[in-house]
Amino acid sequence: MAHLRVLRAGPGATIQDGGRFGYRRYGLTPAGPMDWVAFRTANLALGNAADAAVIEVGPGGIELIVEAEAPVSLAFCGGGFTWLRGGQLVGAAARLSLAPGEILSAQPGVAGIFTYLAVAGGLRTPVELGSRATYTRAAIGGLNGGLLRAGDLLPFEAPAAAAADDAMIVAPWLRPDLDAPLRVVLGPQDDYFDPAARDLLFSAPFRVAAGDRMAYRLDGPPIAHSRGYNIVSDGVALGAIQIAGDKKPLILMADHPPTGGYPKLGHVARADIGRLAQLRPGRACYFVEVSAETAREALQGLENEVATTTNFCRALRRQVALDGVAAPDRTTWSAAGNRHPR
Amino acid sequence: MPTAPRFLPAGESALVVEFGAAIDPALNDEVHAFDRALAQAAIPGIIEAVPTYRSLMIHFDPRQLATDDLIAQLRRLTIAPETLAPAKHWLIPACYEPPHDEDLAEVAAALNLAPERIVALHTAATYRIYMFGFAPGYVFLGGLPAELAISRRPKPRPPVPQGALLIAGGQALIANRPMPTGWYNLGATPALLFDPQRTPPVSVDLGDRISFEPVDGATFASLRQAAAAGEPVIRQKA
Repeated sequence: MAHLRVLRAGPGATIQDGGRFGYRRYGLTPAGPMDWVAFRTANLALGNAADAAVIEVGPGGIELIVEAEAPVSLAFCGGGFTWLRGGQLVGAAARLSLAPGEILSAQPGVAGIFTYLAVAGGLRTPVELGSRATYTRAAIGGLNGGLLRAGDLLPFEAPAAAAADDAMIVAPWLRPDLDAPLRVVLGPQDDYFDPAARDLLFSAPFRVAAGDRMAYRLDGPPIAHSRGYNIVSDGVALGAIQIAGDKKPLILMADHPPTGGYPKLGHVARADIGRLAQLRPGRACYFVEVSAETAREALQGLENEVATTTNFCRALRRQVALDGVAAPDRTTWSAAGNRHPR
Repeated sequence: MPTAPRFLPAGESALVVEFGAAIDPALNDEVHAFDRALAQAAIPGIIEAVPTYRSLMIHFDPRQLATDDLIAQLRRLTIAPETLAPAKHWLIPACYEPPHDEDLAEVAAALNLAPERIVALHTAATYRIYMFGFAPGYVFLGGLPAELAISRRPKPRPPVPQGALLIAGGQALIANRPMPTGWYNLGATPALLFDPQRTPPVSVDLGDRISFEPVDGATFASLRQAAAAGEPVIRQKA
């Protein structure tokens, strides 16, 4: 059994897999990745099952050391983070073979909140209620249900031979337009709002005020209810745009409660959830209405793209790597510029 | 007479089957009957269903099922008449003393009732378990006396302690995990109703009855110890 040992973990680093399903009826959130697009890409770059357990790294970054008998394959991507191998920059998205004792670290770049580190074969942390996903509020999954901390030892079954060549992952979906409007399917409680209030969601700019794995709170013009804001509690799905008594949208994310008692004006399309998850507080966002069918087609389209990840793994030689990286990142490739990105 | 449910999309990956907007035992029975029929039908692409007071949320994989296809299949479901096992009636210890009575004074002021009156009303009622939800093992109850109807908070309050007894929006609930909430905390039960090592992880059933038995702070402490050691601290009414 190979291991990664956590040398340093900032706030927000957890073990996540595709999620814990079948227990929402008992009040348990599915958890799973905040940005499923980056999460799956990291797994697929290694030939893993798309939903294998990985490390979700939050804004606090992480530093790890390889403890193994032989080289191990890892892949990381998402959130435009800066990854360093033994202190040397290796870009924001890559698949690497690391020798025992090598150190890998990540810190946030100029935008984005979550990045993902997958290992070949997937992490083998304990399974609880059918999943390895961490839900910290209930202390379920992951390592003792908590955030990763220095000293944690993360086991995985390394394949006999290191999987594939070192490569940059140059997939375009890892660099989404963070200013593009977020697609929203109306309902189920859109009838708790006047048309004017509904229209406000699709015409006014909003701003991410605060957020965590459970929900993102937005600032913007007040969205008034026409029939009060108490409903008899009903089901809640990922991406629900809940409008509570303060008339501000609260968008429910990966650790969302399975039920709730505030009216839900609409749901952010699954295709855009990962993009939303990467919006830092202060960032503007806009909404556009789509049908459930359009949202479904958008999701399938993006899932199909992500399934082609290996086509976007380019063998890692310095000049090739640079070709695959868009201009904004190239400016931050000097070590000095990256040590203190903010 | 069963009502025709409304089908309301919740994004492209979930659908609400809504039987009404009220807390009503007959409506809740319809939800549970539909839930069982759905489980039997085993429609490919359905991930799980979440029964609530008055609706069923169906989570599905949109790669395998489109919302309209799902609705068409649901319209063809045969709903069997309710065949519930006889409901159990649980007696659950509850402490309304400081520090467990976090919001009791606030509720008393808002409803213009004496705190003792609020406790008396809360313990005199027999509740029905309508649903679990929101957080692991949160038990949602109907049967709260009308005098205790209070609106939810406009903004959530900081986390309540484990076992908190909450009210808001004409509903009551037992909170089995510390969570921020828009509800008001009247007291706490030492019982621990959610255990991930158990199958199913919740020790009471949908449709069961519950009433609360007041205990003092010292009894709360010893019962909580017993609960943490895995001993049952709730019992069935004789």
